[in-house]
Amino acid sequence: MNIEQAMDIRQQKILAALENKNTSVYFDDALENEMILNMGPQHPATHGVLRLLIKLDGETVAACVPELGYLHRGYEKLAENVSYHEFIPHTDRLDYLSPLMNNTAYVLAVEKLVGIEAPKRAQYIRTIISEMARISSHLLGIGALAMDVGALTVFTWTFREREKMYDIFELLTGARFTTSFTRVGGLAHDMTPEVITAVKEFITQFPEKFNECITMLNTNRIFVERMDGIGVITREQAVAMGMSGPNIRAVGLEHDLRRTQPYLVYNELDFNIPVLNGGDCLARYYVRLNEVKESVKIVLQCLEKMPAGPVHANEPKKVLPRKEQIYTRMEELIHDFMLINFGVNPPVGEVYNAIEASKGELGFYIQSRGEGHPWRLKIRSPSFMNLQSTAQLVEGGMISDIVAVLGSLDPVMGEADK
Amino acid sequence: MLTTVVEKLKTQFPNSILDVREFRGETTVHIKKEDIVKVCTFLRDDESGLFDYCSDVCGADSYTPENRFEVIYNLYSLSYKHRIRLKVFVDETDLHCPSVTSVWPGANWPERETYDMFGIIFDGHNDLRRMYMPEDFEYFPLRKDFPMMGVPDSIPLPRK
Repeated sequence: MNIEQAMDIRQQKILAALENKNTSVYFDDALENEMILNMGPQHPATHGVLRLLIKLDGETVAACVPELGYLHRGYEKLAENVSYHEFIPHTDRLDYLSPLMNNTAYVLAVEKLVGIEAPKRAQYIRTIISEMARISSHLLGIGALAMDVGALTVFTWTFREREKMYDIFELLTGARFTTSFTRVGGLAHDMTPEVITAVKEFITQFPEKFNECITMLNTNRIFVERMDGIGVITREQAVAMGMSGPNIRAVGLEHDLRRTQPYLVYNELDFNIPVLNGGDCLARYYVRLNEVKESVKIVLQCLEKMPAGPVHANEPKKVLPRKEQIYTRMEELIHDFMLINFGVNPPVGEVYNAIEASKGELGFYIQSRGEGHPWRLKIRSPSFMNLQSTAQLVEGGMISDIVAVLGSLDPVMGEADK
Repeated sequence: MLTTVVEKLKTQFPNSILDVREFRGETTVHIKKEDIVKVCTFLRDDESGLFDYCSDVCGADSYTPENRFEVIYNLYSLSYKHRIRLKVFVDETDLHCPSVTSVWPGANWPERETYDMFGIIFDGHNDLRRMYMPEDFEYFPLRKDFPMMGVPDSIPLPRK
């Protein structure tokens, strides 16, 4: 049988099927019929494993129900069973796009509970790595958003920059992703001159490269019109729904914990808080873009102002001693033994400490009963709270806008699911 | 600023406030369970507090015979930039607690998470389902009597 014959048979079959009334379904109006669509959990636009159940009225989203929990690993339960130090590696896996920032947020909460403070140099280094993490996270946010709405090139360009940052992180911490760099009362180790040079090199060449990326998007009419005016949320709704981070600053609210409740050395630095009024996807994108530029300013200032000195607080009973001292000195050996086996033992009490992470307010609420491990540790994750508004943002819009809305919210499921 | 809020709370609701604690510069106010919605509405609307932003709602298990569970509300004021923490006790025999979603709609998911992890039932919540665990899961994982390694066969695994 040649190809013409096969086509003929197929044609006849189709004709027969159309003539037979039972095989076809007639609608009075196609838009009257609602359809339930299951998006995810393995959908590329969900940036992880988020499942959305969508009720469609034609192409319009009538209702949307997000389902979480596909990446739930029970970190809060784990935290109750490991010592304060042992939990630091787990914080890497929360927002896995900016692990250095999670490390910082966690140890700041523990330090508040214990009642110690890291020395100035350590705080400057923590600020640098936090801002580097913010740049890296926003680069992915912008790149992935552009890719979701169809601009594929930008993603590869932002990833090229992120790759350079990961090289620096590897030089600094020994790992690209799972950094676990901070310690209670300080850092794992000092920032070597080699790393400082690498950071300087990166940060001086970065603005130009970044401008290339964003010029591609900002002058791209398809991208801008695709993002403009969709996924709109008002200021009142955003506050009521507990949004934070760039998403809340896109509704015209200057809510940034770096400014309102300064931690680390942010009150010694000069930077602006980008605020926009749109409340739509484009505004959220622009806030992220401007924040990257501010972060570059912060890193440059920190490199300039960073004082010399120790990176560990002088609290032998709370801060892990250096390895070389453990091997040579009795006192340090005892402290190391006690800290590793029994933990930091903060006083009985509870604290909540939040920082402005790349996605928003990342808070750790810790209840202590004076033991080496937390009695209760609760992670207030910004992605979780931001995702709460998904239904509001997409309902009434088109189905194709869902990917743009999700991309502009920039959730990380590791953090939302804990 | 925060002290005036606490003073006002004390005069406004003398019978609802059980205890006020200070630790590391943070204020925790223990509230009677029945009055939590009243107190929250007051804190949100009163000029001295204006706690319009609900950072978080979470639970905790003290593992005591009485008042076993706690529900903790971390609040923030966008106008005054201060924080306060409220706490209510929930007994094991009566796992109900009024929902504050009418005050802050954003408390929706955190309350669902608290229900999922501790089994505390929030009255007045319009969509109290499990947040992370499967709907047919029988246990509440963050309770202290739930083992860290989990309960064998509590979640059916896919067969070959």
